[in-house]
Amino acid sequence: MTAERDATVVIIGAGPAGLRAAETLANAGLRPILIDEAPRIGGQIYRQPPMGAERDPKSLYGFEARKAARLHGVLARFGDRIDHRPERLAWNIFEKTIDLLGPDGFEQITFDRLILATGAMDRALPFPGWTLPGVFTLGAAQIALKAQGVAIGKRVALIGAGPLLPLVVYQSLKAGADVVAALDVTPFGPKIDAFGGLLKAPATLVKGLYYTASNALKGRPIISGVRAIRVEGATRVEALVWRDAKGRTHRIACDAIGASFGLRSETQLADLAGCAFVFDATARQWLPDRAPSGRSSRPDVYLAGDGSAIGGADVAELTGERAALTLLGDLGGDLGMRTDEGRVTRLDKALAVQRGFRTALEAAYPFPRHIVSAIADDEIVCRCEGVTAGTLRKAARDRGAEEMNRLKALTRCGMGRCQGRVCGGAAAEILSQTLGRDIAEVGRLRTNSPIKPIPIGEALT
Amino acid sequence: MPDPHAIPLAAPQFHRLAARGGKTIRFTIDGLTHDAVEGDLLITAILTARGSLRHFEFGEADRAGFCLMGACQDCWVTLATGERVRACTTLVRAGMAVIIEGTLP
Repeated sequence: MTAERDATVVIIGAGPAGLRAAETLANAGLRPILIDEAPRIGGQIYRQPPMGAERDPKSLYGFEARKAARLHGVLARFGDRIDHRPERLAWNIFEKTIDLLGPDGFEQITFDRLILATGAMDRALPFPGWTLPGVFTLGAAQIALKAQGVAIGKRVALIGAGPLLPLVVYQSLKAGADVVAALDVTPFGPKIDAFGGLLKAPATLVKGLYYTASNALKGRPIISGVRAIRVEGATRVEALVWRDAKGRTHRIACDAIGASFGLRSETQLADLAGCAFVFDATARQWLPDRAPSGRSSRPDVYLAGDGSAIGGADVAELTGERAALTLLGDLGGDLGMRTDEGRVTRLDKALAVQRGFRTALEAAYPFPRHIVSAIADDEIVCRCEGVTAGTLRKAARDRGAEEMNRLKALTRCGMGRCQGRVCGGAAAEILSQTLGRDIAEVGRLRTNSPIKPIPIGEALT
Repeated sequence: MPDPHAIPLAAPQFHRLAARGGKTIRFTIDGLTHDAVEGDLLITAILTARGSLRHFEFGEADRAGFCLMGACQDCWVTLATGERVRACTTLVRAGMAVIIEGTLP
């Protein structure tokens, strides 16, 4: 046993990035600690139903069933060579110490090296009626199907601004849900223009086209260029109103809506760890600075997967392995010696191709600015604290809130239970629009621990 | 005047698509007994029985969760034990007593 092999290497996040990282480290003879909030591995995209609610993998993961099975099998293949610690919320990082809340209460781990693979969530934007019971994210509609075998409503309208929309429509129809509308708030034109670039990842493109064709054949084609979406309902969702690309208004009765507008990286732990951030103009979000090698600005912290740059599950796997190989090289000794340089080259090539595909995909689904412009003053932006767009605009205009943390201090927007995870992006858009400044100039919410609610009584003891 | 066609909050939000094997689990909402299925998250158990999880603290409105992945924190509910749990990351257990309308006993 060498000193390098005794290093405490922690991975936070047991999705595709974290699992591939864990597998790579275990293969090299390390015993990584793999932490995740969920009881079972897989992350969100390869999420496994709770024990007792299992179903056939093919019906859960479709074309990705083999990839899902391979990743879910990691723990079985490696046994205790991966120290899996489920049901643990990593709620703070200070220097080399991670604070956890698990089934037995509070714990701390001190790491030598850390890989952050914290994943992403749906990007939410406010629209009239979005806080009514029955409005969920697209991701939520998908989780309801996959993890629980339920539809989010009897008559479901799905709204999106990215490739998740055709997939969730496809999965919903396949599962037998009644999808009454499938609306894309981005125009159709850019998808034609981006076609050449999308061919960089032909297998992924073919799957996307298959979902699109299948949805159309089942009578629920996706309508592009939708604007002015509005939910109606007294106490819960009762109808959806929207305007099509030709300017005609439509209204359809429904009792549930799954809506989101792309994805958003979960960056809080990287922020608490002190990683440097850079503004990403495509994601319209500040992201931890991640080198192609998976390095952050901190020599002992590595980044992988959607938590540091949206790339999807396949890219997450590649970046997980890539970051783990960099880490092994950095540990040196006999572990560093055995780093397979050929493998590194192949990964970097695959990642370069995927970057080209991603650029085309982002161009195919441009950010829906019209949703932001349409946010009325009385609309709630911060769901936790009930702060309206009008309050934010007034603080920007009359109270000198020129930057996100100042805006938070003055209005409580982003101060609630979700810590700005849901409203932070929308609030930055509103602030930038009100001030007439680029979104990069309004800054970003500083992360505070705990990143999610924890029982304060226990924290004090 | 309330809209007579409005869907009441008492009507379920979630609908089961495939019958799942597994034990029936009895739990209560405001003292009334409901059936859930083993493997149900608390949010599934509650929303297959009714249309909301909680009252919103800062206005006349109800909430029924949003992200289902433990990120948005919209689905915290109170149990009769005084414990507060996030309904989308907590499995329903037999005898769980959820309080939505009432006050703690």
